[in-house]
Amino acid sequence: MFVRFLPVLFMILSSASMADVEADREAFRAFYAKRFSSIPVEAHVDGVYALDEAKRAQWLEMEEFPPYEFSVDDGEALYDEPFTDGSGYGDCFADGGAVKHLYPRFEGGEVVTMEVAVNQCRVQHGMESLAYDSEEMMQLTSYIAYASRDQLIDIKVPEDALPAYERGKQFYYSRRGQLNFSCSHCHMQIVGSQLRAEVLSASYGHVTHWPTYRLKWQEVGSLHRRFAECNGQVGAEALPLQSQPYRELEYFLTAIARGLLLNGPASRK
Amino acid sequence: MKKVLFLLAVVSPIVMADDINKGRELAFDRSRGNCLACHMMEGGEMPGNVAPPLIAMKTRFPERSVLREQVWDATIRNPESVMPPYGRHGVLTEEEIDQVVDFVHSL
Repeated sequence: MFVRFLPVLFMILSSASMADVEADREAFRAFYAKRFSSIPVEAHVDGVYALDEAKRAQWLEMEEFPPYEFSVDDGEALYDEPFTDGSGYGDCFADGGAVKHLYPRFEGGEVVTMEVAVNQCRVQHGMESLAYDSEEMMQLTSYIAYASRDQLIDIKVPEDALPAYERGKQFYYSRRGQLNFSCSHCHMQIVGSQLRAEVLSASYGHVTHWPTYRLKWQEVGSLHRRFAECNGQVGAEALPLQSQPYRELEYFLTAIARGLLLNGPASRK
Repeated sequence: MKKVLFLLAVVSPIVMADDINKGRELAFDRSRGNCLACHMMEGGEMPGNVAPPLIAMKTRFPERSVLREQVWDATIRNPESVMPPYGRHGVLTEEEIDQVVDFVHSL
């Protein structure tokens, strides 16, 4: 009897989850709108610099000569260089690479981030994959981010992607590491407060501006590198770049950021 | 047994001062206790403001054991606490926790 209704039950559950992505997004917006009532929620795309006037002034000065500029220029040259079979990135990505607002996508049963898509394109055309932390990958994604500036994040979570979305959400809310922090503890519960001199930024907008030049790194690096750094800071195992858990975390954070303006690459302290 | 207790009573003030100093070092050390990351306290530079300042601790925690439990695992009292469970997760040894507690209780 129960088994007969199982498929129906599944349909109800999963259609409820479909709505949940939108509900999660609304909840995130409402949370930060309430916590920072004097700041428009869309302003969090600038992270900490939306919260701290003095740090913002310093940052705007840094942005006058953007430290990621060379990465964008070198990335454009790489993007335009034909593959050995005569094709190129233009055969994989529309609009001169202004496609970042459509990533990550859910394809072939997995979350395909921008970096993964770049490698899929290369392999399809007989080229070798790039290492995810390679300079070339950072340059290409810097260029793609730049070409995609001012687009609004426009990813949809299809029904078969809901388990991946849910796992990403789970990751976000799970405590980890020796210090026992979840992402939400720092970036929701105590968001805006200071850990020593560092202000904790809002998660709404964390995904809009990658790759990013960080003064701390002295180079352009990826969102997943930042995830790994965060995990390390709380005494948790840092996972490999583009591993399934990081891709799914990115998917969750991007899905709830739908409609936000892309402003990458960025510079950060 | 009585002899031992007597000895402890004589020696403990010295041990205490030493423990308080060790506790302070741990509390300020970024890679160990790092209490300053979140709590303001006397003598600590550039404190965070995540958690309450550590002042008048004997008034707030008349029982040292309650303060110790808070340092050992703050989620016992508040499951949503962001304070790292220094004892439960072995961030500090039991001895180090005692030193930190002695220091914090002296504030």
